[in-house]
Amino acid sequence: MKSGLIEKAKATVMDIGTAVVPMDLQIKGAHLLFNAKKKILRRPDFPAFVESPIPDVSTLAIEDIDVSNPFLFAQNRWESYFKRLRDECPVHYQKKSAFGPFWSITRYEDILFVDKNHDLFSAEPFIVIGAAPEGLSLEMFIAMDPPKHDVQRRAVQGVVAPKNLKEMEGLIRSRTQEVLDGLPLNKPFNWVEEVSIELTARMLATLLDFPYESRRKLVYWSDLAGGGAETTGGTSDTDELFRGMADMAKQFSQLWREKEAKRDAGEATGFDLMSLMLSNDDTKNLINKPMEFLGNLALLIVGGNDTTRNSMTGGVLALNRFPDEFTKLKNDPSLIPNMVSEIIRWQTPLAYMRRIAKQDVELNGKTIKKGDKVVMWYASGNRDERAIEQPDQFIIDRKNARNHISFGFGIHRCMGNRLAEMQLRILWEELIQRFDKIEVVGEPKYVQSNFVKGYSEMTVKLTAKA
Amino acid sequence: MGRITFIQHDGTRHTVDIEEGKSLMQTAMDNLVPGIDADCGGSCACGTCHVVLSEEWMAAAGVAKDDEANLLELTPDRSRTSRLSCQITTTEEMDGMVVRLPEFQM
Repeated sequence: MKSGLIEKAKATVMDIGTAVVPMDLQIKGAHLLFNAKKKILRRPDFPAFVESPIPDVSTLAIEDIDVSNPFLFAQNRWESYFKRLRDECPVHYQKKSAFGPFWSITRYEDILFVDKNHDLFSAEPFIVIGAAPEGLSLEMFIAMDPPKHDVQRRAVQGVVAPKNLKEMEGLIRSRTQEVLDGLPLNKPFNWVEEVSIELTARMLATLLDFPYESRRKLVYWSDLAGGGAETTGGTSDTDELFRGMADMAKQFSQLWREKEAKRDAGEATGFDLMSLMLSNDDTKNLINKPMEFLGNLALLIVGGNDTTRNSMTGGVLALNRFPDEFTKLKNDPSLIPNMVSEIIRWQTPLAYMRRIAKQDVELNGKTIKKGDKVVMWYASGNRDERAIEQPDQFIIDRKNARNHISFGFGIHRCMGNRLAEMQLRILWEELIQRFDKIEVVGEPKYVQSNFVKGYSEMTVKLTAKA
Repeated sequence: MGRITFIQHDGTRHTVDIEEGKSLMQTAMDNLVPGIDADCGGSCACGTCHVVLSEEWMAAAGVAKDDEANLLELTPDRSRTSRLSCQITTTEEMDGMVVRLPEFQM
């Protein structure tokens, strides 16, 4: 109770402060406070994760299964771990993970139930397993309940609405062509770096109207924001996180002020994210609420970064693992839109979303108590034999491929889904026109995370079409 | 037997038979009417079977429940007579109903 009041008071002070103290300095202040408290209270750092071999799931007692291990994807154990949970204990309680106790929801139908019932399961305050470092609790609408969520989402969703996308399609295509035409032939290169990151960085810079030459900063901030050890089991360091967020705050506030000045001078504003927020009564003063301002911008760059990036890599890997499907694709490129949905299912670039139970809830024979942490494992729901036929197979002409769960369901369903589909469709339309073979050389390297199911490196060799 | 007409955004009309008890979404899907995605398969969880009814058919279609209204709120090009077609059960009384499809599903 008391700490709640203090939090509230602090938040108010910070809100008032923005007009006077620049946002990046406020974050620097929070950083100093964080480190001072750590010293005075002798609070240990959240321990970094050290990789060790993950045992075969059949050797474990059910209560010892811990799917929050950030190496589960890298060591390719995730399929067998989640299969066992789906079959034996679909609503599973892990008492003592590094992130505290949490429930895992692993079947498609149960995930749908949790995702749809936002009155039973709150998305606040955070949608990953762990907690944000103190003083850096970014507020984003993905982690807000109605009615606040609805207001903020409505203000920005126009930027990725299909009407806006139609305008952007030509631009996305020409940038994709430019990147693909610059790739080396018959020579191995890192696909993640040259294609997936580059294309998503260009897209983010466009959506934000961010200085094009600095676009890799967006990628850096996004990776940083989603990659902490205490939040997702990742590798970003807390000091680096604070510094990165301060830099992001500085640059985004500057960009916002520029756009605001333009608007006030009566100049035409664009269809980029900040212009849209500035022209909406509900969000035009968002800059006065730094944690919400930063949170929502971070949300949109994280949302458009890891997800599409890893689907761009995952699609190439899937077609290498299932070579007959590549032949099928070459024979019938009209399958691309359906394949895009199948790639997003097969990859499931974000493994889960987290909720907190708002009351006791019975689910599949278990009682989830009010206040318990609940993790909906989309990666598992997309491989649920009860909902999807031959779920481990990658089938580009799969029937009902659109029914995958990667975008989530209910009011928090992915806002950028149509943009993501369009980016992937264009990529594959352009790839198939240029290359006869897209070979993965060796094994890809995976990202250390329990949240991002992705790749840090994948070597590819291209052969041009004859 | 009663019939319902779906009109695509480009004006193309599709007139199909009513099968009582089937949802409007499923009726469109089974008759291969383009313009509906139905990503969640009819669970009122995604908002991609958005349709716009004509005013006079609003009463026959019934009232949208809260979960449907929440999802419709998220659709930028919704209008006052927007509905999610998976939440409308067709009946013979809907004979002659006209349903417009939006340009995009989101």
